[in-house]
Amino acid sequence: MSETDAHSHAAPSRTGAPARSDGPARAGRDALVTLREVGIRRSGRWLVRGVDFSVSRGEIVTLIGPNGSGKSTTAKTAIGVMKPDEGRVDKIGGLKVGYVPQKLAIDWTLPLTVERLMTLTGPLKRAEIAEALSSTGILHLARAEVQHLSGGEFQRALLARAIARRPDLLVLDEPVQGVDFSGEIALYDLIKTIRNRTGCGILLISHDLHVVMAETDTVICLNGHVCCRGTPQAVSQSPEYQRLFGVKAAQTLAVYNHDHDHTHLPDGRVLHADGSLTDHCHPDDGHHAEDTAAPDHVHDESCGCGHNQIRLKRLEPGKRDRA
Amino acid sequence: MLDDFFIRALIAGVGLAITVGPLGCFVVWRRMAYFGDTMAHSALLGVALSLLLDLNLMVSVFIVAAMVSLLLLALQKRGGLSTDALLGILSHSALSIGLVIVAFMTWVRIDLVGFLFGDILAVSEADIDIVWGGGILVLMALVMLWRPLLASTVNPEIAEAEGLNPERSRLFFMLLMALVIAIAMKIVGILLITSLLIIPAATARRFSASPEIMAVFASLIGAVSVVGGLFGSLHFDTPSGPSIVVAALVIFVLSLLPIGRRSRDGTPYSPPEGHH
Repeated sequence: MSETDAHSHAAPSRTGAPARSDGPARAGRDALVTLREVGIRRSGRWLVRGVDFSVSRGEIVTLIGPNGSGKSTTAKTAIGVMKPDEGRVDKIGGLKVGYVPQKLAIDWTLPLTVERLMTLTGPLKRAEIAEALSSTGILHLARAEVQHLSGGEFQRALLARAIARRPDLLVLDEPVQGVDFSGEIALYDLIKTIRNRTGCGILLISHDLHVVMAETDTVICLNGHVCCRGTPQAVSQSPEYQRLFGVKAAQTLAVYNHDHDHTHLPDGRVLHADGSLTDHCHPDDGHHAEDTAAPDHVHDESCGCGHNQIRLKRLEPGKRDRA
Repeated sequence: MLDDFFIRALIAGVGLAITVGPLGCFVVWRRMAYFGDTMAHSALLGVALSLLLDLNLMVSVFIVAAMVSLLLLALQKRGGLSTDALLGILSHSALSIGLVIVAFMTWVRIDLVGFLFGDILAVSEADIDIVWGGGILVLMALVMLWRPLLASTVNPEIAEAEGLNPERSRLFFMLLMALVIAIAMKIVGILLITSLLIIPAATARRFSASPEIMAVFASLIGAVSVVGGLFGSLHFDTPSGPSIVVAALVIFVLSLLPIGRRSRDGTPYSPPEGHH
């Protein structure tokens, strides 16, 4: 099954609004998976709604956002673990996914070595296992039981497992949790290397804004909906960024110093900065600063504020430098 | 010289133990002990319905156990009560409804103790065929299901994302459980089936470096328990079903003793150095 059909109660089409055409429009022939106006509802509450984006071959897309903003939900929907309640998810046929979930506890009663974990969902050659383990730096732990690994080692083992099967799409839900700072940089470097070598698409969930800057093609900020999106590339290549690498806070500010221009109320409605209330929250509903407020600067590629979507969607993915 | 009925009991018991070993591992790994208990308890409802409707006993038990597991899946999806509470409701309700139905059928006299605790010494040659034939079927299905079932045991989301359909493997697993309960009821009885699933698997854990090895060890330990229990029951003139469970428990307790214990990374165990 390569496609999840739109549900009958899908949200009204907003294709007429120019600011909304960016997601699917950028999903060219290379798109591995495309989410269109996806919403997930649980117990009468929308966890996420109106989510539009795609991941193409060779592209790294990073989802960021506060706790409970629907990052994991969105990623699970993209790979078919959760089914959308509205909108649709299109996948290419035979899409091979490698998935590292956010939480994974393996019961002690299950004897599982790192080596055995590698072939959990499909057979692999010994050389492929060894390669994946050495690229994540845990070849020496091949015979260790997974329950005895430290948090960081376990995270590496999960990443090794996901990449060993040479997926088309790698989905990593906070892959560096429990990894120390230098290990974190090494792992993100590895993720970039995997992308460059295999050309797979990567959907990354991160709370680490400074690393987002370094590796990502597209950052999508979620807060129950797509707050904003953009490329951190220009900023990350600037000399200021290079000099500041390692100073977390400064980089975080450099990329995503945006105020949320609205508040999600407990009853599910949305209070906007202009004082209005709406039932749902969509960037093009006319209540968002992105559409109405006078910009305090010119939006271009180097501003990196994420509000320059209209410009970005004119840029072909291939034209963006990926040094 | 051993009597024929004792030989038949040994053959049937060993066949059953080999079958339930790997399945028992999944019950332990998936933390489904109480679930297995519930399916087993519902077997008595199957017995009652088979008498009431004049159905084949094993078919009736299989169908009822499968229905109860499907009912549980449906109730879990609906949300609300915890799985724990749902199991408690289903388990004892099915058992009690079975007993009530039996009480209504005043024209039927059944050996309740035989159903609850098994009557392995009464197995016929036809029973042996069913145990071994059914056992081979269950093990073959388990070999074919092994990868998706193990993957969804570790994490259903990984299994789903990577195309292994955890829902389907769970459904097949429940059907296999229902089948094993139908086969095992006559040998160890409704109340003791779960112990034959769990105790050998729990014993095997300490000696196993991989899931596959643990499955094989669980079968072997189960077989040894059956042989030990049957000879024990012959020697001490004790009921056979409970004697098998006691034998399994003895092996489990022995396995806890720190004899030749190896530390968990596989190197020989060396006690930590004391402080001076």
